[in-house]
Amino acid sequence: MKAITECSKPKLVFVGNGMAGTRTIEELLKLNADKYDISVIGEEHIGNYNRIMLSPVLAGEKTIENIMLNDEDWYRHHGITFYKGEQATAINRKQRIVSTASGKQIPYDRLVLATGSVPFRIPVPGHDLKNVLTFRDIKDVNAMLELTQQKQRAAVIGGGLLGLEAANGLRKQGMDVTVVHTADTLLNRQLDATSARLLQKSLRASGIHFLMNTATDSIQGNELGEVTGLRFKDGSSLQVDMVVMATGVTPNIGLAKSCGLHCEKGILVNDVMQTFDPAIYAIGECVQHRGQLFGLVAPTFEQARVCANHLAEMGIARYIPKAQATQLKITGIHAFSAGQFKETDDNQVITYFDTELDHYKKLVIKDNKLVGAVLYGDTQDGGWFFDLIQQQTNINPIRDQLIFGKDFCQWPTQAENLPAAA
Amino acid sequence: MANNPMMNRSTCAYCGVGCGIEIHTDTNGSHSVKGDNLHPANFGKLCSKGTNLARTLTQEGRLLHPMINGLRASWPQATDYVASEFKRIIKEHGPDSVAFYVSGQLLTEDYYVANKLMKGFIGSANIDTNSRLCMSSAVSAYKRAFGEDCVPACYEDLELADLIILTGSNTAWCHPILFQRIKAAKQQRPHMKVVVIDPRRTATCEIADLHLPIKPGTDVALFNGLLSFLHEQGKTDSHYIEQHCDNFDAAINSARNDGASLNQIAQRCDLPTADINRFYQWFAETDRTVTCFSQGINQSSQGTDKGNAIINCHLATGRVGKPGASPFSLTGQPNAMGGREVGGLANQLAAHMEFNDQHIDQLREFWKSPNLARQPGLKAVDLFNAIEAGTVKALWIIGTNPAVSLPNASLVVRALQRAELVVVSDCIASTDTTQHAHVLLPATGWGEKDGTVTNSERRLSRQRGSVDPAGEARQDWRILTDVAHAMGFGEHFPYKRAADVFREHAKLSHQNRNSPRLFDLGELADLTDQAYDDLQPQQWPIRAGQGTPRLYGDGRFSTDNGKARFTAVRCQGVSHPVTPEWPMALNSGRIRDQWHTMTRTALAPPLNAHKPEPFVEVHPNDAARLLLINGQLARIQSPWGTAILKINVTDSVRCGELFVPMHWNNQWARGARIGELVNPAVDPISGQPESKHTPCRIEPWHPQWSAVMLSRENLPLPDCQYAAKIKGQAFYRYELAGDNPLDTTQEMMATLAHAQQEPTIRYHDAQQQSLRCAWLDEAGLKTCLYIGPGSSRSVSSADRNWLASLFTSSTLGTLERKALLSGKSPAGVEDCGRTICACFGVGENTILKAIRQHKLTDASEVGKHLKAGTNCGSCVSEIKTLIAANSP
Repeated sequence: MKAITECSKPKLVFVGNGMAGTRTIEELLKLNADKYDISVIGEEHIGNYNRIMLSPVLAGEKTIENIMLNDEDWYRHHGITFYKGEQATAINRKQRIVSTASGKQIPYDRLVLATGSVPFRIPVPGHDLKNVLTFRDIKDVNAMLELTQQKQRAAVIGGGLLGLEAANGLRKQGMDVTVVHTADTLLNRQLDATSARLLQKSLRASGIHFLMNTATDSIQGNELGEVTGLRFKDGSSLQVDMVVMATGVTPNIGLAKSCGLHCEKGILVNDVMQTFDPAIYAIGECVQHRGQLFGLVAPTFEQARVCANHLAEMGIARYIPKAQATQLKITGIHAFSAGQFKETDDNQVITYFDTELDHYKKLVIKDNKLVGAVLYGDTQDGGWFFDLIQQQTNINPIRDQLIFGKDFCQWPTQAENLPAAA
Repeated sequence: MANNPMMNRSTCAYCGVGCGIEIHTDTNGSHSVKGDNLHPANFGKLCSKGTNLARTLTQEGRLLHPMINGLRASWPQATDYVASEFKRIIKEHGPDSVAFYVSGQLLTEDYYVANKLMKGFIGSANIDTNSRLCMSSAVSAYKRAFGEDCVPACYEDLELADLIILTGSNTAWCHPILFQRIKAAKQQRPHMKVVVIDPRRTATCEIADLHLPIKPGTDVALFNGLLSFLHEQGKTDSHYIEQHCDNFDAAINSARNDGASLNQIAQRCDLPTADINRFYQWFAETDRTVTCFSQGINQSSQGTDKGNAIINCHLATGRVGKPGASPFSLTGQPNAMGGREVGGLANQLAAHMEFNDQHIDQLREFWKSPNLARQPGLKAVDLFNAIEAGTVKALWIIGTNPAVSLPNASLVVRALQRAELVVVSDCIASTDTTQHAHVLLPATGWGEKDGTVTNSERRLSRQRGSVDPAGEARQDWRILTDVAHAMGFGEHFPYKRAADVFREHAKLSHQNRNSPRLFDLGELADLTDQAYDDLQPQQWPIRAGQGTPRLYGDGRFSTDNGKARFTAVRCQGVSHPVTPEWPMALNSGRIRDQWHTMTRTALAPPLNAHKPEPFVEVHPNDAARLLLINGQLARIQSPWGTAILKINVTDSVRCGELFVPMHWNNQWARGARIGELVNPAVDPISGQPESKHTPCRIEPWHPQWSAVMLSRENLPLPDCQYAAKIKGQAFYRYELAGDNPLDTTQEMMATLAHAQQEPTIRYHDAQQQSLRCAWLDEAGLKTCLYIGPGSSRSVSSADRNWLASLFTSSTLGTLERKALLSGKSPAGVEDCGRTICACFGVGENTILKAIRQHKLTDASEVGKHLKAGTNCGSCVSEIKTLIAANSP
């Protein structure tokens, strides 16, 4: 009897072995380890690693071993069936079966789609040449590392988080690196002009070149199909041996679409991370929640927590989008941003700038609440500012001292001055 | 000076106590000052100002060479210019068209030459002194009562008395060493009683057995009441009165008319009847009674009468010049007494002689003076009125700052602007007065001056020059002598050194010894230069090689018939009473650690710490009624001027009255020149102004902006409504507020701080109009500035002491630098160390502390405590390393 009970545990299948999926399993194991018979289908051939830490691996500061979150023992230890190197190709929602490229038929009672995103390649002529790479997984990192052994000159297209981390890694590997960016400031979705200028100054000092306000027209190649250079819309050109495209990501929704789940830009989910099929959940970068897409780890982990809670049939968690904070992961460079940091007519701005240390802080306040923060150089108080943003604390009583951080702010004791959140 | 360490005995630069000091000069030429154990005024003790004297021996702000109309000149050029201009104006308009305005800071020798030049050779008595503002009422009172300006008491009397009355004297702050002597005596002899009569509950009340917070201007009534009481109670000494005094009946009749009963006196003086009764009883039953009086009595439109009302009570009880029993005027300045000896006031001649035919003849003969002045000249307030009116055209100001210190100071400034010729001799280059000078003459400062001074107990002491004169500075007597030569009076001014002047002065004092005048230095008239240098402190008159501690103890006075004279006085109240329009009474005075117009004390950082900013003291009831908030600013207006000061709410002042310090001026502040508000009423006899009572009104002043700045550099004060500059150790602090719009102010301030230089660190909250900037260089913090709107909390709460401390260290620590523009000390804030968790900003030190404190063994436990590592997880491996290395 007992064996039958065990065998008849509902089957929970994960498509995707990235950080969102694995975190959901971890959260679920904490809540109820025995509830499901869990399987994970992963395209990569290794366990689960911290994708955010690929930059230090590229920079040679860490190895893949350093950034493993869960190795294969972990799957075994928790009785999880791990289909590594498998690609899910179809979902039969009626029969509740996932098919894989190698022909496996994996039944499920509950299915979690954690398929992540795919790098976006700008469709310029030459984008499919050899040595045009993206920066998404360990495979990409290994490909870049291999090229650094043979080549000298690299261009990174895109001055966002991934682009700069890639440029930094390649520079650390001894490459001559040029970042090509269409906007006039770096990280223009995360930083304001001043902090972006400081960041650029610091990266330039480490030897990285920049072509700002520059749009790529085409990628040139030789007869072997290898990259030889870039041509830009303004007619200028740059000789390079390799190109990294870091121009954003697109939610990976092909599988979901093919089985008829409702998708827009991402897989549509409700507040408990269920898709339009109640047996199928989706989390992480592949989802679209109330119109919003996700590219940062923090909301993904929050989704994992909510999804696990629901899978454990506790039903008390709900995903509520919060302001997001960004940290750039380049050793020696501290940049932080959170919330709405753009100046508008109806918000107020406090700035602090130490021009010698290049410490810059900007806080954006609306209706006596902190709604955004940009920090460069000294990011120590980023977490606290982020809390204040999320908790919508009335900062008026400490406004004079706010930018100097938690240690310099004492809330007045008078009752009328207590923060709204208290 | 010399490379060998040396020590000079000298006298302190400040009040009339005249403490002896030792100036030590070490091998590298730096100076230190300590009290002279051998000097009988202080026996080695010094007050805060005296202790910090060495810090004022700085070249900072000194006037270093002569200037004519803003251009540097040589001494011969300057001397000739002054002489020829004076001669021209005298020739055109007569001798009374020129005047000298001198100072109780001058040494006796300086004073003597100035007085001789003006009265004896220019031929006018238009020489007056800032002592006019200080003790001229006491001089007049003594002269009326005793026939001569003689203080009958000595300091020892303060230790011998059984009752000490301190009236109109904040002795604790203004004559601190005497206060300490009284305090020590009271501890030794606990039955000694101290009565303090002062509208304010000052620091002096610390030792008071009874404080009478008298209504201003009613002192005559109080002492007239005392005289009546003594008479009625049969406590007067009728034998003494009969043998040694005149005019008692008139005095007692007059006194009775001021109030027949204690209740009437109590009502008049606004004091409890029981307290008055207690005071009168104590006075009646205590033979050894000393009444010390100072500016609270003297600075009054009835100051002379007040002095006489006091002296009357002492005469009626025979308590004059006896051990532990005298009326005792405490003088303000170090050499006010010396100035009186040589005739530094417009209404006296040299050596205690008067403007009468006999004295004029004697003096003319002694000086061989061609045209000795025959009548008194203009007293200070009248003098500046005359300059403003254009009748006096040339003025030589020596060692004083009338643009700050005189009442109705705006008129003084107008007068200086109007005068044809203003010559200023001073040791300081930039004062409110030097700004108006056509000719500036650099004089030696206190540590460089050489000569004699006389203190409040008639004690003559040497002030010995111990420091080389700064730049081209010269002794004042010499500057005057050179001008006298250039004017053609050379043969009468043959002085080569101070001793030459002193000998002549001493000789003059000994002329015509058949007169009853007591002032006599005849025995010192033939001192050798060496003996002059070695002169020991002694009290005049000097007879048979001995000084004289007390005068008139035998009942013989300086009058022609040898009798003292009672003065019939009636209480007249103040000259300008309060009115519904001007409902508050403004009282002005000194504070503990500043002197006069701060030209010297403001240079010593420790002296600026006690009361760093100009303030107004307001009673809590008035503050509540008028919405005046402690620490904020108030505008005070009188019919004569306006000031803006920091509000200090205290019940040490009477309701309806305000107290303001007299020291601040346009060099160290804006809007705090109190002289501008003070009414120009003067005592009709002494000419001393009524600086203790001016009707005024006070209201809150709400600035558009306020600011505090600390800078390594001494910067000019901006032209805003309120400003105070405070010198500290290696920095200057600027407290500022204005009513112009904040936009332009921010520009102005940034320019002021470091012309056009971008700040190193800048904080800006545009919506709150809060701007904070810091300028740094390789030597550390150069300037920091905090500006906010109104009476901004972020400005007022900036921790000035902590900011000040940053100027003495050469570099700023990481935390200090981060905290700098917050204005708050990072004390108590821990340096969290290198950032480990970038997502939550958790530093290495914080993590290590948590690991040790909570004995953490796993990265997830660290996450539970500190959140570190719980977001992206990038730092988990580092946290693990920290745990491995540090867990128990």
